[in-house]
Amino acid sequence: MQMSTADGKTHQRVARAMMVMAVVSALIMIVFIISMDTGPIRMTPGEVIRTVFGEGTAKDQLTLFAFRLPRIVITILIGAGLAVSGCILQAVTHNPLSDPGILGINSGAGLVVILYTLFFPNVQSTFALPFLAFFGALLTAVLIYALAAKRREGLSPTRVVLVGIAIAAAINAAMMVLEMLLDPQNFQFVATWLAGSIVGTDWTYVLALLPWIIVLLAFTLYKSRVLNVLSLGDQLATSLGAPVEREKRLLLGVAVALAGASVAVGGAISFVGLVGPHLARRLVGTKYEFLVPASALTGALLVILADMLAKWVLQPTEIPTGIVVAVIGAPYFLYLIVRWK
Amino acid sequence: MTMNHSAKVINNQPQAVSRPLIAMLVLVGGLVGLFISFAVSISVGADMIPQSAVWDAVFHFHAQETQDQVIHYLRLPRAVAGVFVGAALAVAGALMQGMTRNPLADPGLLGINGGSEFMLALSFALFPKLSFGYLLLLSFVGAGIGAVLVYGLGALSRGGLTAVRLTLAGAAISALLVALSQGIALYGGLSQDLTYWLAGGMSGTNWVQVEWLIPCVIVGLIGAMVMSKSVTVLSLGEDVATALGQRTNMVKLVCTGLVLILAGASVTIAGPIGFVGLVVPHIARYFVGVDYRWIIPCAAVLGSLLIVLSDIGARMIHPPYEVPLGAVIALVGVPFFLYLARRDRRGL
Repeated sequence: MQMSTADGKTHQRVARAMMVMAVVSALIMIVFIISMDTGPIRMTPGEVIRTVFGEGTAKDQLTLFAFRLPRIVITILIGAGLAVSGCILQAVTHNPLSDPGILGINSGAGLVVILYTLFFPNVQSTFALPFLAFFGALLTAVLIYALAAKRREGLSPTRVVLVGIAIAAAINAAMMVLEMLLDPQNFQFVATWLAGSIVGTDWTYVLALLPWIIVLLAFTLYKSRVLNVLSLGDQLATSLGAPVEREKRLLLGVAVALAGASVAVGGAISFVGLVGPHLARRLVGTKYEFLVPASALTGALLVILADMLAKWVLQPTEIPTGIVVAVIGAPYFLYLIVRWK
Repeated sequence: MTMNHSAKVINNQPQAVSRPLIAMLVLVGGLVGLFISFAVSISVGADMIPQSAVWDAVFHFHAQETQDQVIHYLRLPRAVAGVFVGAALAVAGALMQGMTRNPLADPGLLGINGGSEFMLALSFALFPKLSFGYLLLLSFVGAGIGAVLVYGLGALSRGGLTAVRLTLAGAAISALLVALSQGIALYGGLSQDLTYWLAGGMSGTNWVQVEWLIPCVIVGLIGAMVMSKSVTVLSLGEDVATALGQRTNMVKLVCTGLVLILAGASVTIAGPIGFVGLVVPHIARYFVGVDYRWIIPCAAVLGSLLIVLSDIGARMIHPPYEVPLGAVIALVGVPFFLYLARRDRRGL
């Protein structure tokens, strides 16, 4: 960023970022492997390995390929999606407290889930739920956009943030009223969803999510230079020649798409989008070329680790993944805050 | 970069001015409105009582008459609590936003709501038969623990307590405490109980609570007025404040204490009402500009007005049942706030 920076120092920083990303990726792999061995049905590590190479029993194959693997892959995708969404939002709104929640995404999806549970009280977990949740998230984002955009001035990040909190407050209020109407069993289902638990654990969702997340992540990475400029502030960005309005709108759209898809499948996991990017920033610095992939990796690690623990800690019951994410993520993040000068 | 990340959010308005005249108008108009809605608040409800009987009950209380009892034991404490909770939350929010220089900051960011929710979940799970008074006390203790954790971690860190660090530590601790209480609630099957408690609003407020609340809020409000000039300076930025000779850490410590007193007392009585602390300061800022000497009193009046009006709504929408207060506040507040946010950017 600074012209005066010596080549050696830049080199060092790049090396450090690469190193961090390699370590985080390795950790994800390790947790991935342990996760395959975690769940209510007992499998020895040997059985897992045998099953992976196609030599397991039919039951083991079913457990591993139909239940565990899709869920593990989904946790990685959700973590990456939410963290990168938060990363974009924090850059575009110039606010460290921004997360997908301020765009009303969690609330919009949650409202649809509650409405669905109210109207179809007997069908709890269903194939359609993630799609409905995505629809809710998208609708909310469009509403916020429509209310925040003005013809002459375009989209000011401050107004997006303010309209976002207002809409989120309105939806949360509606949710509170509707929650009171639910019977206890359905309430438990909704509360679990809102605390963030992986609902779509099917290969179908993996297939729906995978191309979506990969394309959007690649696009964000491609736009990382724009994010570098935007994070300096709108005035500076404009004077550096960036088409600020257009880029902001585009990137906000990307953030919505990433978070909407993730929340739809993963429930309202709010902490990753807020803290994933901050963790990444402490580890690799502020350049978005590194920050975007590092956010994706730390987010993925956070969620895959949390999901493993969620399945493991209170066996055979499951804790909502979102709760575990906050419980393991917050202390580490606080430790970084205390250490960081 | 993280440092100037949050910096430009509040103070980059084209006209960063103060408007004392409009502020006086808002104050006077707000107080008149508050007086009227207070009067309405004690006369409407499931049992309609004519205005003359209301005043009779207020000034010549007869313990034998049902109407007098309704007014004296149910409506009056409720309306008074509404006034004080509204003022407390709005002022706590204004202090938080000034101190952290972040428009997304609200009293909950100091870990107050999270701490109180955590203590409530814990006591529901471990001591289900605890009396109401103890629950209130524990809720307040929880709020205190949350605030101490946030402030302590912020202040203990190597580079000292900066606005960004306070915000981030607050967000992380709140998330942690809320997650823990959600976990406890889900595991113990207490979610709905907890939600009912948290959505409690003003119903069932009694004089004992109000006697608790009033001194807390008055101390908090006076403190906030005393600090208002320092908050204005601090809201210009840490560097500016230091250059002007301010002991910023001291100001932040005092403000944190004030927010804890104000918001802790309100959360204990009315549950976490999110919208008031977040949005009323913005509304006040829209009217009166950037000077916290005006923002704080105007926020107090507007906050009271919003809660008293919403509480009337909570009782009247669907009598004899109560609609959750938070929902009505959003119903009243959101359209107005959206209108302000869209109109122009001068104060928001």
